[in-house]
Amino acid sequence: MSQRVIEFIYKEENLRLSEPNFFRAEDLKPGEMIINLGPQHPSTHGVLRLEVLTDGETVKEVIPHMGYLHRCFEKHAEKLPYNQIIPFVDRLDYMAAMNSEHIFAMGVEKMLGIEDKIPKRTEYIRVLVAELNRIASHFIAVGTYAIDIGAVTPFLWLMRDREHINRMLEWVCGARMLYNYIWIGGLFYDLPVGFEERCREFVTYLRPKLKELQQLVINNKIFIERTANVGILPLNLAINYGISGPCLRASGLRYDLRRVDQYSVYPELDFDIPVGEGQVGTKGDCWDRNYVRVLECYESLKIIEQCLDQLCGNHKRTRDFDPQAIAPKKIRPKAMDFYIRGESPKGELGFFFRSTGTYDIPARVHGRSPCMMNLAVLPEISRGVMVADLIAILGSIDVVMGEIDR
Amino acid sequence: MTFDQIRIILTEKIGAEFVSGEDKGELQPQLNVHADSLRKVCSELLSNSDLYFDFLSSITAVDNGTSVNTFDLLYHLYSIPYNHSLVLKVTIPRGTDESLPSVDSICSVWQGANWQEREIYDMFGILFNDHPDLRRILLPEDWIGFPLRKDYQTQEFYHGIKVENPISN
Repeated sequence: MSQRVIEFIYKEENLRLSEPNFFRAEDLKPGEMIINLGPQHPSTHGVLRLEVLTDGETVKEVIPHMGYLHRCFEKHAEKLPYNQIIPFVDRLDYMAAMNSEHIFAMGVEKMLGIEDKIPKRTEYIRVLVAELNRIASHFIAVGTYAIDIGAVTPFLWLMRDREHINRMLEWVCGARMLYNYIWIGGLFYDLPVGFEERCREFVTYLRPKLKELQQLVINNKIFIERTANVGILPLNLAINYGISGPCLRASGLRYDLRRVDQYSVYPELDFDIPVGEGQVGTKGDCWDRNYVRVLECYESLKIIEQCLDQLCGNHKRTRDFDPQAIAPKKIRPKAMDFYIRGESPKGELGFFFRSTGTYDIPARVHGRSPCMMNLAVLPEISRGVMVADLIAILGSIDVVMGEIDR
Repeated sequence: MTFDQIRIILTEKIGAEFVSGEDKGELQPQLNVHADSLRKVCSELLSNSDLYFDFLSSITAVDNGTSVNTFDLLYHLYSIPYNHSLVLKVTIPRGTDESLPSVDSICSVWQGANWQEREIYDMFGILFNDHPDLRRILLPEDWIGFPLRKDYQTQEFYHGIKVENPISN
């Protein structure tokens, strides 16, 4: 047996050197204190460390420290062909992998110039699975948010409903969270036989559950007391900070890239864009952000039903339909720079590509992470709040560290 | 509004000498801007009521390699009310290890640029002048080197841990 080698040299200042605090203890004024939240604290949604400067119960300044989940996505992508990057893309926002895959595949297809050749059935399946995943992501967002502010039951109920989505997507592609289902130019496989019926059943099942969620959580008096008028994000600040997705819509702007950019089959589908109205507090507070998420679940259900109608009607399953038929064997776009964006559950997810035109591997891939841009506003909107409200604000932004750290 | 119209409005306002050219490309045209006029161009793009690019979507950098010896910085801008878009490209020399390349920060125009510029500093070692808080964001503070540069070499040990780079050739 070989000698076991100890690979880590422990030194006391290692941590201080690798991620030093922004504030120094000797500079504090009387009454001020530095509190460290995370990176293993459950309310920070993953491995986020918040360095909080407090004065009694009041937060004076928040400095987020991240990078604990950095997995070198962009460096890896410089060494891999486009189709092999898709599993990495799954692992960015692991709560909504289908949406990320859809946007990534769409970008590469646009670069190849084959986006018009994709069969309609393929596109409808993509939108169907992406919207299912959007519901699952919003369920996690609202569920963990309820835990953050002290209610455990809704989380269990939402996990139960999310389990249906996970199982359905497992049936589709074999994986529960990280799918690699949407390929460039097609899909891994057609929907399994009987999926449409099962999915319809699920929609019928979920509608009353959503109603229940609204009654149990969103319209709950305790929930409203806890979240209304907390963490108000004014619209001009939101736009200046590049906030997108439900956080931007909660501030009152009807801006959804599915409508604005009209990508995929979204122009053929009928759905509304819910916005925050400040019903119980001020427009753009924590309550509005959660309210918008729940309403978006209803809209996603609407989209799913329309997709199912199409998949059972005009674009019915046929024996000779091959979702991989036009998936290119060799993915080599012309030399260009291209930026694609789309609406993921967290906001505007963008991918930047630079292809050289002579090589199957991109020269550069950059992921524009909505969570990172949304988190950047946290120090701004949490000045002067209570420490407990800081957790409420952070949860309402709905960050996934996999996407921030990439 | 098309790319050409945007360019005409912009050059009429601030003068053609700020824009160094354009790159029509295949899909997304890019407007090349001199590094020293970047902030002026950006504040004009935001404040001009005909252009009004209020949404900074993404900033990213690309290393063109040691033979060309430049970095490209790309700014993807969108206008929410007008629904038009623009890509700005700034090319700067790579500089040396002693003096890192630098470009003006646009945090004063769009605050969303703050963390994205920090990330570019972290990954490429490009300094942003007048940035409010230029620290590393994803990597540890005492990491050596800038990983997304094409000539990046991983350090051998980090705090006594062997750094293995599974994707090096």
